[in-house]
Order: sequence, then structure tokens, then C-alpha cells
Amino acid sequence: MLQKQVEIILMRQLASYLTLPVFVVDPEGNLLYYNASAEPLLGRQFDEAGEMPIREWSTIFAPVDERGAPLPPDALPLAIALQKRRPAYRRIRITGLDGVPRELEVVAFPLEGQGRRFLGAVAIFYSVNAR
Amino acid sequence: MRITLWGTRGSLPSAGPETVRYGGNTSCVEVRGRSHALLVLDAGTGIRRLGGTVDPGVTRIHILLTHLHMDHIQGLGFFAPLYRDGVEVHVYGPRSTTQDLRTRLTRYLSPPLFPVRLRDLPSRPHLHDVPLSRFEVDEFTITCELVAHPGPTVGYRITDGGGTLAYLPDHEPALGVPRFPLDAAWTSGYELAQRADLLIHDTQYTMPEYVEHVGWGHSAIDHAIAFARLARVRRLVMFHHDPGHSDAMLDRLLAEAGNAGPFPFELVSGIEGMQFEI
Ligand SMILES: [Zn+2]
Ligand SMILES: [Zn+2]
Repeated sequence: MLQKQVEIILMRQLASYLTLPVFVVDPEGNLLYYNASAEPLLGRQFDEAGEMPIREWSTIFAPVDERGAPLPPDALPLAIALQKRRPAYRRIRITGLDGVPRELEVVAFPLEGQGRRFLGAVAIFYSVNAR
Repeated sequence: MRITLWGTRGSLPSAGPETVRYGGNTSCVEVRGRSHALLVLDAGTGIRRLGGTVDPGVTRIHILLTHLHMDHIQGLGFFAPLYRDGVEVHVYGPRSTTQDLRTRLTRYLSPPLFPVRLRDLPSRPHLHDVPLSRFEVDEFTITCELVAHPGPTVGYRITDGGGTLAYLPDHEPALGVPRFPLDAAWTSGYELAQRADLLIHDTQYTMPEYVEHVGWGHSAIDHAIAFARLARVRRLVMFHHDPGHSDAMLDRLLAEAGNAGPFPFELVSGIEGMQFEI
């Protein structure tokens, strides 16, 4: 067991108070934390599922672009935030594990801490059709 | 190693008849190794009296700052060995995201706040941005990590191969956690403190006081106890006492905390002059 860096811990604490779905991932893209608002997207509670390897959670989504064409994993904002270490934005469509198709605005940004330590990234989802 | 508390108060020096027993000096702890290597943890006002006991034979001193809040650096300019020629003094502390330790520390150790500039001190102290990792200093192995407290703040884990000391004087691991603690992986400071022989930890507030000061960077006594239990330490020293807590109140808080026991560790309230051997 490795203790998370304090920036990741504080990010989780903040996310747990926010109403928009938030994902926090490590530098490899493994899902370290998602808040209660993100649970319908993943179809399970964080308290039960815990951390999720990137293989597992990224296939749940099968994201497509606005015209319905499949999006390669590298085109997703979270992947760009991790690989290029810059913020990224995109509108995507997914079908969550609850079977509901969703159109989402996604904003992702990298987490770089003290001493240029690269800690991972955060994605925030805004459901267009829910509003 | 032998550990001596020279300042146990938090936030502000608090001299007066009502604090005479626990002491009014701010954070400073001396660590002596078997070969008499000298580590000083924080340079609060307690460091002045420590300076008076450092004998002239000591040629090398390492000062480890947790952060640059005033109560942890105010005594630095009053540490007598800094004015001795030929003493090698190393000061370690966290840089910020934009400034190194020297730039940050110079803001205090220069006029108008202080008459002597860092560079004019006879000992010409060496300043180091403390690495957020493990490093060696004399006979000690030191682990340094960022912890939850406003501004760049670190905690230290110090081991000499025998005993382990964890020093987290300003720490709010319960920030934003509805039921503290979460599991260890998600608890600030856990790896620094785990299985330490002695944990010196922030206990600035009572629980009702904490509720009024969420986000100020400090712990309630109950939080420190829960943290010590999670980290399975052998002894917890309550530290960084609130300036408003009198001797009588600190006695009462220790007794009340003890009533919630027994704990799987020994609970002690930090008093100026107290010594520990680990
Ligand atoms: Zn302090
Ligand atoms: Zn502080």
C-alpha cells in the first residue's frame, strides 16, 4: 500500500463535495477516485469498487464523437492531459453502465505538484442532455 | 537518539503565568544522535534556549524547517551558533512552486523585519530546498513529504537505524474528511508516521474549536489520536498547543483525552524541556 501524495488526497476531498462528476487518475491513467456524482457513469460505488485499472474503466465508456464515430483512446481529454500534460476539452457521447446514453462535455487537466512531480490528472464531466 | 522539546506552543509565543509549565515558546525540537550529531526541527522561539546549550565543540548543525510560518522560523536569527565562525549550519525547508527556500526565508531575515541579513551571518548558513524524498544527514536517514497544511509544508520521519521519530507539528489530515480517518492510503502523513516510536503531532484544538477552524491547517486532539492509532505508533506527543490553552486547560485536555482510552500507544502532552530516548 502506497500513501497518495497530499495533492491527490486534497483533490479527492474537494471532489467529494462537488456535484459534477469528477475522476482522479494517476499518471498511468488508473482511476484512483471518483465522486458520488460519477457513480452512475461507472455503474458502481467507489466505496465498493475502489480503484480501477485503466483497462477496466476506459472500456466501460466506448466513447464516440458528436457524429457517432468511435473515438480512439488518445483523443479523450483525460488522455491528452496525461500525455501532453496540458488541459484539454471535448464533447463526447458515451453509454454508461446504467445503459443511459449521454452527451458529455469533458474538461481534463494535469496535476503537477511541488518540485514538478507529475501526479496524474482530473476530469470533470458535464452532462448536456441532463440539463 | 535523544529528543528534547524546546518549544511546544503553536502560532504565537505565549509567555505568562498561565503557560509557565507547558511553556510559551513556539516549535523547536532537538534531536541528538549517538555520535552527538545535532538536528534541530523548526526554528520557533524555543531555538534560542537550545542555542545556549550547544557547546563550542559542535561544528555541524542541521536545521530542518517544516514550513515558513512565523512560529517556525521566528527564533532563527536568535540561534547563537549562527554567529560563530567555523560552524557549518545547514538549513533545509520547502520551496514553493515559484521560489526557492533562500528567497522565501530572506523575506524575513532582512530589514525591516530583522536587522541582520542571512548572507551576513558569520556562519554563512547553507540553504537547501528540502528534497521530497529520503536523504541522509550525518547518521540519520530522513524522509520528507508534503502534508496537509496551508502553503508548502512538510513533515519529517527520522531514523538512526534504531528508533524512529515522526515530526508533524502543523497538520490537518482530517480536512474535508467527514469521518476521519479514511484508510491509510488516503491519509496525509501516514507513511511518515507509520509505526514510529515517537510521533510529535499537532493537537492545537479541542473538537469544538476545530469546527470553528476547519482549513486553518491544524488538528483536534481527537484527530491526532485517531491518526496515531491508524499509524500504529508507540507514543504520541501532543504538540503545537494553542496560545489560548493555559497549563490548567492542557492538564484537563490530557486527562479528558486519556479517559477515551486505553490506546495502543502512550499519550503524552508536550512540555518544554521534556526529553525522550528512543
Ligand atoms: Zn505552526
Ligand atoms: Zn503553520
